[in-house]
Amino acid sequence: MTQLLLFNVFNGLIVGAFYALMALGLSLILNLSGVINFAHGGFLALGAYIAYSLLPHVGFFGALLIAPVLTAILGLVVERLMIRPLYGRDPLYSLLLTFGLAYVLEDGARYIWGAQSVPFPIPEVLTTPLSTEFFFLTGYRLFMVALVAVAVGGLFFILNKTRLGMRIRAGTLDLETVSVLGVNVRILRNLNFGLGIYLAGLAGVLAAGMLGLEPTIGTSLIMPSFVAIIVGGLGSLPGTLLGGLLIGVASGVTTVFFPSATEAVMYIMMGIVLLVRPRGLLGEEGRVQ
Amino acid sequence: MNALVKHQAQNAIVWGLLLTMPLWMNAVGGYTELASRVIIMGLAAMSLNFLLGFTGVLSFGQAAYFGLGAYGAGMTIKFLYPSTPLAIAVGMAVGMIAAMIVGALIIKRRGVYFAMVTIAFGQVFYFIAFRWNTVTGGDDGLTQWKRQTIDLGFTKLDLLASDTLYYYFVLALFAIAVGIMASLIRSPFGRTLIAIRENERRARFLGIPVDQHIWISFVVSGTFVALAGTLYSMLQNFVDPRALRWDQSGNFVIMAVLGGMRSFWGPLIGAAIFVVLQDYVSSQTENWMSVIGIFFVLVVLFFPRGVLGVLKRRATT
Repeated sequence: MTQLLLFNVFNGLIVGAFYALMALGLSLILNLSGVINFAHGGFLALGAYIAYSLLPHVGFFGALLIAPVLTAILGLVVERLMIRPLYGRDPLYSLLLTFGLAYVLEDGARYIWGAQSVPFPIPEVLTTPLSTEFFFLTGYRLFMVALVAVAVGGLFFILNKTRLGMRIRAGTLDLETVSVLGVNVRILRNLNFGLGIYLAGLAGVLAAGMLGLEPTIGTSLIMPSFVAIIVGGLGSLPGTLLGGLLIGVASGVTTVFFPSATEAVMYIMMGIVLLVRPRGLLGEEGRVQ
Repeated sequence: MNALVKHQAQNAIVWGLLLTMPLWMNAVGGYTELASRVIIMGLAAMSLNFLLGFTGVLSFGQAAYFGLGAYGAGMTIKFLYPSTPLAIAVGMAVGMIAAMIVGALIIKRRGVYFAMVTIAFGQVFYFIAFRWNTVTGGDDGLTQWKRQTIDLGFTKLDLLASDTLYYYFVLALFAIAVGIMASLIRSPFGRTLIAIRENERRARFLGIPVDQHIWISFVVSGTFVALAGTLYSMLQNFVDPRALRWDQSGNFVIMAVLGGMRSFWGPLIGAAIFVVLQDYVSSQTENWMSVIGIFFVLVVLFFPRGVLGVLKRRATT
């Protein structure tokens, strides 16, 4: 029983790490540009499929390095061509646009790579269980947790220590003032969008290695990411991280006791949070409304 | 032209077209069931627009109430009692109660945050319908039930036998629902909603209980969307979880935008275009999702005011 529970807590932690990685990207874009990027799941799937196509040529680690970057470049282009004209308009429009984009990306993946799920082989080094008692501790899972930790650490480093990151944070608070101070806000938003999409692509490659790869992989991960943002508190990146891990573990634990409520539990958590702390766990009142 | 006359002429055209739709739908390549679907989706989009266009609140989760109405009706007929009016009443009640509860939880949020919470809450009901397969049929949907004959005393309405009869039944309920919404918008309450849309802070300073108004608007919208849901499931005698998934919510919003969210009839026009387009594209290509997706993108980038918005602008300049 303890082992089963531990297994599911660990599993939940991993799933939560995906949610968090995806939700962090969503949050970045939402905080700076006020855009709910519905296509985030589509970009995640795209990152995974690009990696899948690269696998035979550059191997797993090569694909892990290259695919998210390529996805991010596509993100930059999409932002420039489609999303930029919508800044300053009702958020409804960017929501609808990315919604349509999500359709196109999912269907495009189906068109190019097929509707069936495809195998996504991971290197043998990472597949062996590290311990016979705790069979679930495979190298890949540990590797994934470590990599997510590195990515999150890197993100917070960029945001807190680099000039770009400081501008992004400042822009989140007051974009107009940042613009007046001579920062090119257009480029800032563009890069910020690319950064968010990079995280989605990375999450995609990692998720494909664990869950297998099919066109709907992104859509199944995006809703929990929304919940993670709401639970953690809109406008707070640490909150988003916490929210993602929390709902991952919660649904992992629920799987043990009440499997059919695996998804429901995160929405129950969201309801409770909205009831007792409407701004979210780490959200600040009055920031983003 | 006098504004009032123009307004009435508009209404006359709309009702004239709706009343005669089964007559000419076949001639233009459609079929009666498609006509019913246009009206049902139109009702859903107009109900959403009560919230979106006339209260200025962006809900992206109306499919939840649509689906609740649909399942409420189907399950009533299947498990409770085979009666069409009862199915409609139960479906609407379920949608209304859900909208009341969800509305109370999210009413303090605005803008993007509101949109996001409605999206997330919308999914709750999807997962319930998807997972609870002993009752809802899960992914396969709720089957083995049919809309029922209505006994009016002096005559019987055999809704199942005739698609045309069901069309007029739907149209009658559509007329009642739309009439209620129109008179709500004309009432002081509706004017207050518009004031909130235009300037929420000012409305608040005037002493208007803004949250309470938005909540009522949310419940009204949810209830009528649920009505559309009951009619939709009885149209097909079937309902599956896709009726309450997020993409359905997005479809309602694009219908409202496409037709013009600042006008009362706009969403109906949007629904007509969308439903017919979807029907046509999905019969032509397997990749209909891409076509619909590109359609979304094009509407947002090049046609954000919608059909009636553009027409109105032409008329005033």
